[in-house]
Amino acid sequence: MQKPDSASEHINELVPMKTRRDFIKISALGLGAVALTAGSGRMGLGMPLFGKETGPDNEGDVLRRVPTYCEVCFWKCAGWAYVNSEGRIVKVIGNEDDPQCNGRLCPRGTGGVGMVYDEDRLKKPLIRVTENGKQTYREASWDEALEYIASKMKGISEKFGPESIALFNHGSAGHYFTHLLNAFGSSTVAAPSYAQCRGPREVGFETTFGSQVGSPEPTDIRDTRCMVLIGSHIGENMHNGQVQEMSDAIDKGAVIITVDPRLSTAASKSKYWLPIKPATDIALLLSWIHVLINDEIYNKEYVAMHATGFEELKAAVSKYTPEWAYGITTIEPELIRKTAKEMADAAPAVIVHPGRHVTWYGDDAQRSRAIALLNALLGSWGSRGGFFMKEGASIPEHHHPEYPKPSWSWPETLNGKYPYAKMSVTNAFIDASIASPENKHQIHGWIIAGTNLPMAIPLKSQMLKALEELDLVVVVDTMPTEVTGYADVILPECTYLERYDDLRDSPHRVPTVALRAPAIEPMYDSKPAWWIAKQIGEKLGLHAYFEYDDYKEVIDWQLNQMGSSLKELEKTGVIVFPRKKGSPYLDNSQPHAFTTASGKIELYSESLAAAGFDPVPVYTPHPEPEEGFYRLIYGRAPMHTFSRTANNPNLTDLMKENSVWVNPRVARLWDLENGAYTYLKNQDGVVSSFPVKVRITERIRWDSVYMVHGFGHSKKELSRAFGKGANDTELITNVMIDPMMGGTGMRGNFVTFVSNMDQNMKEVES
Amino acid sequence: MRYAMAIDTLKCVGCSDCVVACQMENNVPIGFCRDWVTETVDGSYPNVEIELRSERCNHCDNSPCVRCCPTGASHIEDGGIVLVTHHKCIGCGACIQACPYEARYSHPEGYVDKCTFCIHRVRKGDKPACVAVCPTKCMYFGDLDDPNSEITNVLKNRKFKSLAPEAGTNPQIFYLI
Repeated sequence: MQKPDSASEHINELVPMKTRRDFIKISALGLGAVALTAGSGRMGLGMPLFGKETGPDNEGDVLRRVPTYCEVCFWKCAGWAYVNSEGRIVKVIGNEDDPQCNGRLCPRGTGGVGMVYDEDRLKKPLIRVTENGKQTYREASWDEALEYIASKMKGISEKFGPESIALFNHGSAGHYFTHLLNAFGSSTVAAPSYAQCRGPREVGFETTFGSQVGSPEPTDIRDTRCMVLIGSHIGENMHNGQVQEMSDAIDKGAVIITVDPRLSTAASKSKYWLPIKPATDIALLLSWIHVLINDEIYNKEYVAMHATGFEELKAAVSKYTPEWAYGITTIEPELIRKTAKEMADAAPAVIVHPGRHVTWYGDDAQRSRAIALLNALLGSWGSRGGFFMKEGASIPEHHHPEYPKPSWSWPETLNGKYPYAKMSVTNAFIDASIASPENKHQIHGWIIAGTNLPMAIPLKSQMLKALEELDLVVVVDTMPTEVTGYADVILPECTYLERYDDLRDSPHRVPTVALRAPAIEPMYDSKPAWWIAKQIGEKLGLHAYFEYDDYKEVIDWQLNQMGSSLKELEKTGVIVFPRKKGSPYLDNSQPHAFTTASGKIELYSESLAAAGFDPVPVYTPHPEPEEGFYRLIYGRAPMHTFSRTANNPNLTDLMKENSVWVNPRVARLWDLENGAYTYLKNQDGVVSSFPVKVRITERIRWDSVYMVHGFGHSKKELSRAFGKGANDTELITNVMIDPMMGGTGMRGNFVTFVSNMDQNMKEVES
Repeated sequence: MRYAMAIDTLKCVGCSDCVVACQMENNVPIGFCRDWVTETVDGSYPNVEIELRSERCNHCDNSPCVRCCPTGASHIEDGGIVLVTHHKCIGCGACIQACPYEARYSHPEGYVDKCTFCIHRVRKGDKPACVAVCPTKCMYFGDLDDPNSEITNVLKNRKFKSLAPEAGTNPQIFYLI
């Protein structure tokens, strides 16, 4: 349905007709003038001038250092931003007192400065308008942009209730907008980190141990004697603490077992690499469980002390011999036995790693549960060298009036599905934003903070339908990412090196807090997210929830409650607290109260059985590629995060595009040349928007291809990233939803090569 | 005093943190680098091995770049560090051709540039930026003449190789294998 876009001009009126959102290219606006007048990073009055002066760098300048923690990924390593006498950030170095990074940032953190000085940044608030019948953006003042948002929110709330405004968030900005919506009366808040990433493993571990894995993972890699990685590619995913500890474990001679159809970097460091046929992991896991039980090499004392349902598990896995698994996984039976023995020999100092991005085939919560069961049989949960019991810092919440109670919240968006979802499901929010008799409630407005939805959530067509129907779409970001093209209002957030943010609390072996203070003033007309949320709140009459002028007042108050102060943290950046909860390891001489229904580790789950799910995981075959098609596997590169760094000048310099990894046998069949470019076409006929470079390598199986996620950007405003490489998310059109928790399984997509686009177009036309 | 570096290929994950840390520390212009990462793949699926190496100037004892420099800009400092004095360099590029490791590049400002072992840091007692940042701690830097230094010990206890030994340059970067 297309209509003249009058909505944005009559801001107090809710237009009953639905707004069609054209995808707008911001560059059409001629923002060059803004770029030229953009502020330098010079220090102004009122900026903190703390930080110790360091010796002259190689150019003889004197540098100031300001504490920060990184925002390039979710690991949030603490560091120091070094600023020269001209007020320019010259480098960011890890904070040696931070156990999260031990003074060593990863390449993304080291290159994080590129986020600040990326000249493609969003610079001014923009509002969607119609000029000469064509939708476009025009620059607006902050006051006008925020007034627009507040009045739209009021209008939607009056008509549908405040709950029908939803937040999609990732990263530090999320908290402020969650607080804003909570104060407004909505708890309709979601993040792709659950249903597109780690949700299944949280369910798999919670249904077994009663506890989620959480972030950062409480994996005691430093002291492990054996680590098993299933599709997890530590070293390519630069989760800093884990990479560092894996290196320590290698030094100490730990055995690493990697299960991956690709020789990942981790696989190349492993004593055993199991080049598994994709989509068969559960068969391997069940077979390992079978061997541990059948050969009686599981941790008997631990299981007897802490677990229930052993006999049921034993019976359920009795048929899963290594010979059975061989026919499915292509992993030889002797190798399955040998690796099970390695785990048993190392137990309990063994980690069968839960992974992080685990939304693969739609039975992911069950695969994660199989991983949890394996850990339970080895006694690694709560053991040194296995999983420790983490502890966070108790940061008090800044005072505010009680939130109004929403009349409905995210669970209602599930429409009775996904009973094990413990957090909100982004894809359910999208479904709930499209008018349908199934929906109990409809979402009418989106605030999107720090997440580029079209490259994070598959099923773009569903997202586009939702965007057609929404009455308000606000995007808060530092970069003109794809999602900004769908916004009614775009708000330029300043980068993490230009703002205060909440204290970092990263539960780990010891509680810590870390401070983020601005190294420079916000460039251009960008603002911190806390400020943006506060301004909208005040325009909504919610002053009482935002009783501070500067967020550093909140931080100082919190630190005072904890016996410290902002002043102290400005000097140290990090405080490490002693543990209050005793040993991070379980005392195996006495029972422990697990937070499951039975109070024990549940090897057989009555709860799952009662809900109609398998009480012990089972292997289900998944569809295989047709001839000429190859399973699309994707992963991470150590110098990039999601789709958010592909335009960072420093990180792009390390890797500017992704490539499609192809086995030489496959390359011969298709006449592909190393370094040549090809388009990819998936099983549904979707062709990649851009060609991708072919990398012919023995590191990938012949039935699969591999690429790094986060490339193939379609926004021209991202001048370095535009058109570079292929976007895996657009090729993921077959999504297998996990019935337990709503996760979007994305590894059931198959691609083929289209080297000649003209020929392909003819085929499509005919 | 003889500065050298040992890099553990069994721990390096090829993340390129050393590259970006060097660029930031030494203000290397975008598009250029003083260190870089290589990957070699051997074998065929599934019997494949890879080796990842962080490479840079080898600060050779017998350095062809120093020998061929017409102005004396390329020289050897105390501790065996090969340096280029930027204001003496005329940018002729002879050293770039002479280096068997392709470790040198022409800086846009007209001189030849390369790894300095972060001599400005080392003189203050710090490690080179690449060594200090490496998340896998796979790099060791120190004085080979000191029998108690970490690098001396690591080279005593581990198998190692150097690159292009046939060039006869006596390189001082060692790869632990």
